[in-house]
Amino acid sequence: MKLFRIRGGVHVEHRKELSSEQAIVTLPLPAWLYIPLQQHIGAPAEPVVVEGDVVLKGQLLAKAGSAVSAPLHAPTSGRIAQIGDWMAPHPSGLTQRTIILESDGRDQWCEPLLPIDDPFAADAKTIAARAAECGLVGMGGAAFPTAVKLDLGTRIKLDTLVINGAECEPYLTCDDRLMRERTDEVLDGVRIMAHALGVERIVVAIETNKPQALAIMTQAVAAGGWSKITVTGIPARYPMGSERHLVHVLTGRETPARKLTADIGVVVHNVATARAVHHAVRHGRPLVARVMTVSGQAVRRPQNIEVPLGTLVAELIDHCGGLTEPPARLLSGGPMMGQPLPGRKVPVIKGTSGILALSAVELHGGPVQPCIKCGTCVSVCPCGLVPLEMASYIRKDRLDAAAKIGVQDCVGCGSCAYACPAHIPLVHYFNYAKGRLSAQEREQRKRDRIKRLAVARADRMEKIAKAKREAMAARKAAAKKPEAVAGSAQA
Amino acid sequence: MKAVVDLGGPFAHAPTSVRWIMIQVLGALAPAVLFDLWLFGFPAINLFLVTIASALISEALCLTIAGKPLQPAITDGSAVLTGCLLAMSIPPWAPWWIGAIGALIGIGIGKHVFGGLGQNLFNPAMVARVALLISFPVPMTLFVAPKPLGSVDAPGFLDSLAITFGWHFNLDALSAATPLGYVKTELSRGVPVVDAVNHGASALDLAIGTVAGSMGETSAVLLLAGGLFLIWRRIIPWHIPVAMLGMLLGLATLFHIVDPGRFADGSFHLLAGATMLGAFFIATDLVTSPVTRPGQLVYGAGCGALVWIIRSFAGYPEGVAFAVLLMNALTPLIDRWIRPRIYGRTRRGDPLTPKPKT
Amino acid sequence: MLTAVGSLTVLGITLGTLLGIAAKYLAVQGDALEAELEGLLPGSNCGQCGFAGCKAAAAALAAGNAQVTLCPPGGRAVAATLAAKMGHAFDAGGTAEAEPLVAFVHEGRCIGCSRCIQKCSSDGIVGAPKQIHTVLSDACHGCGKCVSECPTEGIEMMPIPVTLATWHWHKPAPQAIDTRAKAEA
Repeated sequence: MKLFRIRGGVHVEHRKELSSEQAIVTLPLPAWLYIPLQQHIGAPAEPVVVEGDVVLKGQLLAKAGSAVSAPLHAPTSGRIAQIGDWMAPHPSGLTQRTIILESDGRDQWCEPLLPIDDPFAADAKTIAARAAECGLVGMGGAAFPTAVKLDLGTRIKLDTLVINGAECEPYLTCDDRLMRERTDEVLDGVRIMAHALGVERIVVAIETNKPQALAIMTQAVAAGGWSKITVTGIPARYPMGSERHLVHVLTGRETPARKLTADIGVVVHNVATARAVHHAVRHGRPLVARVMTVSGQAVRRPQNIEVPLGTLVAELIDHCGGLTEPPARLLSGGPMMGQPLPGRKVPVIKGTSGILALSAVELHGGPVQPCIKCGTCVSVCPCGLVPLEMASYIRKDRLDAAAKIGVQDCVGCGSCAYACPAHIPLVHYFNYAKGRLSAQEREQRKRDRIKRLAVARADRMEKIAKAKREAMAARKAAAKKPEAVAGSAQA
Repeated sequence: MKAVVDLGGPFAHAPTSVRWIMIQVLGALAPAVLFDLWLFGFPAINLFLVTIASALISEALCLTIAGKPLQPAITDGSAVLTGCLLAMSIPPWAPWWIGAIGALIGIGIGKHVFGGLGQNLFNPAMVARVALLISFPVPMTLFVAPKPLGSVDAPGFLDSLAITFGWHFNLDALSAATPLGYVKTELSRGVPVVDAVNHGASALDLAIGTVAGSMGETSAVLLLAGGLFLIWRRIIPWHIPVAMLGMLLGLATLFHIVDPGRFADGSFHLLAGATMLGAFFIATDLVTSPVTRPGQLVYGAGCGALVWIIRSFAGYPEGVAFAVLLMNALTPLIDRWIRPRIYGRTRRGDPLTPKPKT
Repeated sequence: MLTAVGSLTVLGITLGTLLGIAAKYLAVQGDALEAELEGLLPGSNCGQCGFAGCKAAAAALAAGNAQVTLCPPGGRAVAATLAAKMGHAFDAGGTAEAEPLVAFVHEGRCIGCSRCIQKCSSDGIVGAPKQIHTVLSDACHGCGKCVSECPTEGIEMMPIPVTLATWHWHKPAPQAIDTRAKAEA
């Protein structure tokens, strides 16, 4: 099919050979699982169990906190040891409310939900409700509640579903292996999602550095005779997996700033999310485990593992043979947009697509030097921004000037920092600026709110005082009247 | 546990660095430099070494005064590159103090006064050259015909020391005009340009470089090869050289057709003087050229036009240094006005309106 | 020569007169500036600036009797906007951003006297007589008046805790960092 070009992007060393030929293995059941209440975009989930409860695998542990939220289910059977604070898999090192589950070793499933017998006869609301019930979120890393993205077809006119099999981040191979080994599950989920969204066209996009996945998926689609699905290879250029850019490459349509791809008729879902939809709809199973890649030169045996949610990173690494050396960086996700982890005793969550232990050699780091205005960042930015100018403004605390030239439009892909010869941490500057600008907006909103409250209170006090004065005046007038009557009676 | 916030952002990086870029640029210059050092012999070698050494010493001095650490700035190659380009812009048999003062001006005033690496507005080598040209016009316009190493009348090593370091060496007997200088002088005497060009060096001589001039004004072919190497390595964009050479060629050819007696033809302009050096190594200086591709085209075209104008109408025979400096002054303006379009927005910055779906 | 002197003199006198007329009839009313400055201030009348409320602070600013950095709850952002309105340059680096504080009621010490509620100018404390009180941190602008009111010293000013939702990356250190990270301890 015809592909369009996007500007910018970098050819990264994809380093997928470390784990791309490792078939998916299942992690042996850990003894302890730590399930954070916030594993998705939106309000945190609210617990429905208490300490001491005995639960079965797949049982509801926490319900969705709001319309944009997702429930949590027990990854295995066992006892709720505690609901308290545990370190979050987040660079801040902060803790968050976590359900700590002690496994009983039996891994016993609870009663699954009734499978939807014929999903292609069900309506979008049913399928979306099932996705919501099973706690499905976007598994590409963003963890946006899938249910919200599945019934978009009832609200907006959609014509294309894009399945994101790009996996453009280096090292990560979990989606690749899923497409090769669980092809039928993935394609079934794809078709169910397409039916829910009411789209006519489905495109499965796979980067050309995954030739086996391309071949297997194309074969499977042909064998199934599903003419609506097109499997296409896309250039292995980072950041092909970015939603807006992927849609542009496949359809030529540019998503307007601050809008969703759905607003131009396209919805994008990850390959692993499609598989999760299949399990939720066909088998009634909630999301309790996911496949992730553990890789990096500091890991002895890089692998793709199916991991129960809530497993500690330390256990995962031990299963992979442990570390060969102290890692220079421990990351959740890929090296480009992944977050550094504050330690190994943090749990994996629904959005964790990989755990990387990178050695110093792989980082190609260097001392930070002054910007030489080479313009490489400008030519690789897929969003048409001028990173060197924005970074220079931010360095001088001129965040408004940086916002004016578009720092809020930065998707944080990291192409600029990857290519910068002076090793300037450009994305770090932009994340700081975005964070500060959000904080300033929050503070401004708070100031406005307080001003309204103060004005309202002042008015109220004024009214009360006025009422008092009037009441006092009325009482005085009433007190005078009998006197006048008495006076006149006397006279 | 403590936060890991020392560094956010991507944890993968392209295998590149500022030093590696400088090394590749020096590598691209090397063939031309070596050829020219052979062409002009020991005095040129002495001057070259003195200029580069002065550049490094000036850099160290400026860094110390500024209170900045010497590493990694002193070994990132930028001072060496500035010294090299400066050495190629001055007469090869000039006395040593021309190179030394030039390096001090270039590194000190052209670079560090503005804030160091990446902050300068003007090309440091060109600042130095122009300052020298205006301050010391005689030594800066005394060129010699090539005297290759090992040829009969080439000075030996000891003689070359006298030339470079001696106080009163009289070069008048050996001086020769550069091709551009010759044409301009002849024009002022009333000789049509066409005749002067034909009378002077042949195109082949100009291309290979066996003509009088500073080292950068010779060996057009080797400089072109070096420039193409840099473009292939994606260190310099093709937009600047192509725009500059294209504009120069276009203007020269156009006016040559209109009045051949007054204006030299395109190939002469391309091959003579510091055109090749300017197009591939000087105008493309990363710090002082615009960062966007369309901006680079405008900048290159401006350089080319100014080179032609200065050569044809102004008092100096060679205009590359002035042209580059003038366009350097416009670079911030070009960067301000010519920006890429932000993805998802119109050129004015408003979000795109989604097209109505058919 | 006389023409030159004469024409310049006439020009000078004419323009000077025009400027004088403009200064009188086109002058910016002090009130307008004051009202605008008051609009930029938080408006919660906390009194931390030392003036009797935001209106008085705006009047002092307009008269030149106060610095743009007079408002602690407003922080650097408000100081910058005030400076912009008044046409001054503002050096953000010179001021230290005071950490915003909110009041916190220690419930063990609260006796339900409601004196703090009466003092709070933004209705930030919830409570009733003989009931335990608590502070709505979203409505608290950190003036601290409730702290001095409480007879049992049951209110304390605390920094606003950072949560996962409000945390953001700090500004990168200047060029002293090396992206070749050290091995994890």
